[in-house]
Amino acid sequence: LSLSLSLSLSLSLSLLTEMAVGGMLRALQVHRASFSLQRTAISRLISTLVLAEHEGCYIKSSSISSVEAAKSLGENNSISVLLAGSGSSLQEAATHAASCHPSVSQVLVADSDKLKYPLAEAWAKLVEMVQKTGGYSHVLAASGSFGKNILPRAAALLDVSPITDVIAISGSHQFVRPVYAGNALSTVRYTGESPCMLSIRSTSFPAPSETRSSAAPISQVDLSTFGEDILNKARFIKLTSQESERPDLGNARIVVTGGRGLKSAENFKMLEKLAEKLGAAVGATRAAVDAGFVPNELQVGQTGKIVAPELYMAFGVSGAIQHLAGMRDSKVIVAVNKDPDAPIFQVADYGLVGDLFEIIPELLEKLPEKK
Amino acid sequence: MKIMVAIKRVVDYAVKIRVKPDKTGVETKNVKMSMNPFCEIAIEEALRIKEAGLASEVVAVSMGPAQCVDTLRTGLAMGADRAIHVESNDHLYPLNVAKLLKALVEVEKPGLLLLGKQAIDGDCNQTGQMVAGLLNWPQGTFASKVVLDKEKQTVTVDREVDEGSETLCLDLPALITTDLRLNQPRYATLPNIMKAKSKPIKKVTPDELNVQIRSDIEVVEVTEPPKRKAGVILSSVDELIDKLKNEARVI
Repeated sequence: LSLSLSLSLSLSLSLLTEMAVGGMLRALQVHRASFSLQRTAISRLISTLVLAEHEGCYIKSSSISSVEAAKSLGENNSISVLLAGSGSSLQEAATHAASCHPSVSQVLVADSDKLKYPLAEAWAKLVEMVQKTGGYSHVLAASGSFGKNILPRAAALLDVSPITDVIAISGSHQFVRPVYAGNALSTVRYTGESPCMLSIRSTSFPAPSETRSSAAPISQVDLSTFGEDILNKARFIKLTSQESERPDLGNARIVVTGGRGLKSAENFKMLEKLAEKLGAAVGATRAAVDAGFVPNELQVGQTGKIVAPELYMAFGVSGAIQHLAGMRDSKVIVAVNKDPDAPIFQVADYGLVGDLFEIIPELLEKLPEKK
Repeated sequence: MKIMVAIKRVVDYAVKIRVKPDKTGVETKNVKMSMNPFCEIAIEEALRIKEAGLASEVVAVSMGPAQCVDTLRTGLAMGADRAIHVESNDHLYPLNVAKLLKALVEVEKPGLLLLGKQAIDGDCNQTGQMVAGLLNWPQGTFASKVVLDKEKQTVTVDREVDEGSETLCLDLPALITTDLRLNQPRYATLPNIMKAKSKPIKKVTPDELNVQIRSDIEVVEVTEPPKRKAGVILSSVDELIDKLKNEARVI
């Protein structure tokens, strides 16, 4: 605000000199101009709160992508990263957050047992509280299961409409998002009160490799007024996840995916071998998950994960609308299918029509060892 | 205990949609419309809970223009006991729907509110979370398993999250949004479709519920996504490896 004030001050100074030279009428016009200029200056003040997710002692790369997205909301955007949880891993994650991206200006840490698990009830209250003290113009989160669970609940508490899965930012209040499983792109303008709340599609905002040279300041969120009423109504029981050595599906450089054509969980092992050789992550279609070949967290598509790797190889995948929604932004798409009419070939850069049970072993044999 | 299920009428999931030439939206005239697939799963789950003797009544609700009644009839034909249609010709955003649902919950007082995790047209994935926030109820989103405990008045929910599967225990009343793997929805049989015709559908307006429809989002334009350039069909694995190495340079 001080910036816009000094701006209008210097403007009214020049206004005075103008008045001396020009007539009253002209002064009036200039005065109007300065008034509207002052208003734009105020609306340009942007400050963003990024809800970050951490795993162990590190910020997830999808959260760093949200910081990258926040950067394009406007210049002079002060970006605060909010982290919550409990214990020493949280404090280490905060240290990582403070230097994870050159644009981070502050890290806020909410350390409490009530925030030990990412429960929407507690998190939404926290966001509401932090927003009321911080008065941010924007609140962002990555549109993974964490952000999608929390952000709309927090938005309802603040009585604003959130915008899901933003893939492009064309101004502080104008955004592009896919609808109808990515078969249409909708450009929307947010016209409501602050904050403007967005969930960000991470693959559209790749995090930069450079980090902040000096760490941003870290401060603790005062939780003394943190309400209790709702917090005991939801209890975390457990998290079941598959341990895997392979890269995370969401950020892998190469993804190999199997569909119904793989025929069995046993055959998926072949695909896993191929993934290992390429240093790739393994994905699956809904059909493969429903048939029990692989766990559901590997599903790529409209209702599963959205990926955009450099190389996407689809084996025995027909290419239903709902699957294409999750991978159509991949840089290079390879499809291997015995049905030459499979819709997947319409989006594939390179297609091989043939039996994947012959092609995968041949690939395994002939692919160069990964560096 | 009563269960309320919110359902939405959307363009059928198998339809290849067309963007209108004037870029104002997607063509919905003369296009097959159906119940949103996630909403079907929500109704199915409500019916299963009732059939297990854990609920007394399943109430289906829908918001939107007159044609939503068709969708509600489908819900009734599946087995819902009665329906409520909140008639509005305004474009309803999730925040509007959440406020209307909250108003209905205050009238009907269900113990469980079930929604799909997202509508396949707007792909927002917001309404359930928002209504839970407005009601100050606990939420179990992206549910793949729901177990109700009548004695303890709790519901245990397995949720599909990025890392795998998370289990939560929620006190009733609670809100649940359904993921694809929760169940396999039943088909409505002809006798049930006939029976559904005599089941009651109550009509209310947002005004009667004291909900103001205001929107804070404006659609500037709707366009087609960029087309991918045509690819090539290769003849051998050797050729594929060569292309990936030397043309695309990705391996």
